[in-house]
Amino acid sequence: MLWVAWKMLTGNRVKYLGIVFGVMFAALLIAQQAGVFCGLMLLTISQIRDTAGPGMWVMDRTVQYVDDIKPLADTELFRVKAVPGVDWAVRFYKGIVRSRLEEGHFEQMILLGIDDATLVGGPTRLLMGSLADLRTPDAVIMDDAGYRRIWPGEPFRLGRTFEVNDHRAVLVGITRASRTFQSFPIVYTRYSQAVVFAPRERKVLSFVLAEPAPGVAAEEVCRRIEAATGLQALTQEQFIRKTIGYYLAKSGIPLNFGITVFLGFLVGTAIAGQTFYLFTVENIRQYGALKAMGAGNGTILAMVLSQALQVGLVGYGVGVGLAALFGLCTRGLVRLAFHMPWQVPAITAVAVLVIVLVASLLSIRRVLFVDPAIVFRG
Amino acid sequence: MVTTSAGPMSPESTAAAVRVRGVTKRFGSGETATLALRGVDLDVAHGELLMLVGPSGCGKTTLVSIVAGTLEPTAGSVRVLGHDLVAMSGSRKTRFRRDEVGFVFQSFNLLPALTAAENAAVPLLIAGWRRSAAVARAAEVLERLGLGERLTNLPSELSGGQQQRVAIARALVHAPRLLVCDEPTSALDAENGRITMELIGAVAVQPDRAVIVVTHDARIYSFADRIAEMEDGRIVAVTRGSGAGEGRP
Repeated sequence: MLWVAWKMLTGNRVKYLGIVFGVMFAALLIAQQAGVFCGLMLLTISQIRDTAGPGMWVMDRTVQYVDDIKPLADTELFRVKAVPGVDWAVRFYKGIVRSRLEEGHFEQMILLGIDDATLVGGPTRLLMGSLADLRTPDAVIMDDAGYRRIWPGEPFRLGRTFEVNDHRAVLVGITRASRTFQSFPIVYTRYSQAVVFAPRERKVLSFVLAEPAPGVAAEEVCRRIEAATGLQALTQEQFIRKTIGYYLAKSGIPLNFGITVFLGFLVGTAIAGQTFYLFTVENIRQYGALKAMGAGNGTILAMVLSQALQVGLVGYGVGVGLAALFGLCTRGLVRLAFHMPWQVPAITAVAVLVIVLVASLLSIRRVLFVDPAIVFRG
Repeated sequence: MVTTSAGPMSPESTAAAVRVRGVTKRFGSGETATLALRGVDLDVAHGELLMLVGPSGCGKTTLVSIVAGTLEPTAGSVRVLGHDLVAMSGSRKTRFRRDEVGFVFQSFNLLPALTAAENAAVPLLIAGWRRSAAVARAAEVLERLGLGERLTNLPSELSGGQQQRVAIARALVHAPRLLVCDEPTSALDAENGRITMELIGAVAVQPDRAVIVVTHDARIYSFADRIAEMEDGRIVAVTRGSGAGEGRP
C-alpha cells in the first residue's frame, strides 16, 4: 500500500512539487545559514589553526578567546620553559596595528610576531619568498587576501614597502592564510621586529607557544604550567573550543543565525503543512474508500507517513544539495564564509524530519477520523 | 413488479447472507436528533440481487452502510455472512470488510494516479498481496469485464462506463461474498447503466454471494430479484423483480 500512497502523492504533480518546495526551501535555508554560521566560527579560530607547531598556548588567566589579548611580561617565557614536561617554548605576539601605505592611505593590519630564532608559528603556505627572508631587517610576510585588499588588481611583487606605526616594513613574502573574523590583512614578522612595530606598552608578549615533551600528554603539561605559573595554558584544541564558546555565548551571531534558521523552519513547515493538508483533503474520499474496502488505520497512517517521509527525503536532498552547491560556488570568494561539516546536514535532516512530521500531523488526524461511510454520500 | 409484502421482509432462508432485525439509527442528539432508520427488518439470501429503492433521505444509504459494516446501528441486530456486526470490534469489522465485502460506489472513487489494473488491484493490495500478483489478478477480472485493452489507462482516459467497470472489477477482484453497490448507474447514461447492470447480473451474482444495490434509477429495477422500497426510515414494500431472467448466466 505504500506504493499506492506514493502514486497518489506524485500523481498530482503541482501539489507534489508544492510540498517538496516547502521542505526544500526550509532545508536550503537551514543548511545554508548553518553553513555560513560554521564558516564564521571557523574564521574566529583561523589563526589558532594556522599557527603550526606548538601543541599548547599559554596566556593570561583572563583571556577568553584568541583576539582577547592580555599582554604578559617577557619573563613569563622562562617560567613556562622551566615547567617539567615542556619540551620547548617560544614567544608569540599578536596585535592590530595601523599601517600607512606608499600611496598615503592607512590600513589596519593583524601583526603576528614569531620567534626570532626558530620562526615557530610562522606561515606554512608561502606563495612567494621564503620564511628565512623574515630574518632580514624590517621584513614582513603578508597574506595574499590582504595583499589583494590593499593593492587590488596588482600582481604580487616583493620588495614593496609601507610603514607600520611610523616604522618601515619591507614585503619579503606572500603566504596563504585562513581568513580572519576581522578580514584585516595579516602580516608576519619576527617577534623582535613586532615589538618595534607595536605601540609602546610595558608588556608586549601575547602568548607563549609551547610543546610538550615526547611521551607527556599536552593536557597534563598544561595543568602543570597553570599550577607553576598561574597562567592559563590550553591545548590547541581546547583554545579552539574556548574561542568558539566565547563567540557562541557572548556575541549575537548564534541568535541572528538562529532566528533565520527558525524562520526557515517555520516557513517550510507552513508551506509543506498547508500543501500537504490540502492534498489530503483533496483525497479524503479516496482514503474513505480505502477504509471502506478494509484498509485499517495502521495502513492509512503508514501511507500518510510514507508520503511525508518521501517529500521530506526529496526536499532535504535538493535543499542540502543546493546549499552545498552554494558553498562550492562561493568557495573562491574571499568575503563569504561557508563551511559544511557533517553536523550541518545531520541537523538539517532532523529539522526536515520534524517539519514533515508536523506537516503530516493534521493530515493524519483527518484521515484517521474519516468515516468510511463518507463514500456512500453523494 | 409484484408486491409480495409490506413491512419486514419475509425470512425466506434460515441461512440468509444478510439478516437485519429491528435496526434503528439516530444521528445527533437532543432536539436536533434525526431518526434515519426506524426498526428495519431485512433479509438477503445468498445468490440474490436485492435493490433498495426510495426517495432521497429515506434511509437507503444508512441501511446499506450498516450492512456493509461502515456504520454502527443505534439499536437492533445485524448478521452478515454469519458475523454479528453489532458485537464486532472496529478492527475485526475492518478485516470483515476487507475479506467479505466488495463495494461499487456512485462516484467510482478510483485513484486517479493508478491505472485501471492497479485500481482494480487495490483490495488485494490492502489484503497484503504482492503488487505484481495483485495487478495480474486484477487484469484477469478486467478482461472478463471487457476492459482487456484498457489495463494501463488512467481513470481520466476512460469513459464513465469504463470507469464503473473498473470499479466493479475492483469490487469483485478479491471474491467477496457480499457486494454492495451504491447508485452504480446514476453517473451513467442509459446505455452504460444497462451494460453495468448486465455485468453485475452476469458476473457478480453468484450462488454464494449476495448483492445489494441502492438505486434511484427505475430503469434498472428489472435486474433485481427483489426490490425493497424504503420511505421515512422504514421498508414499506417488498416486490419481486425479474432479475433472474435478465442477465444471469
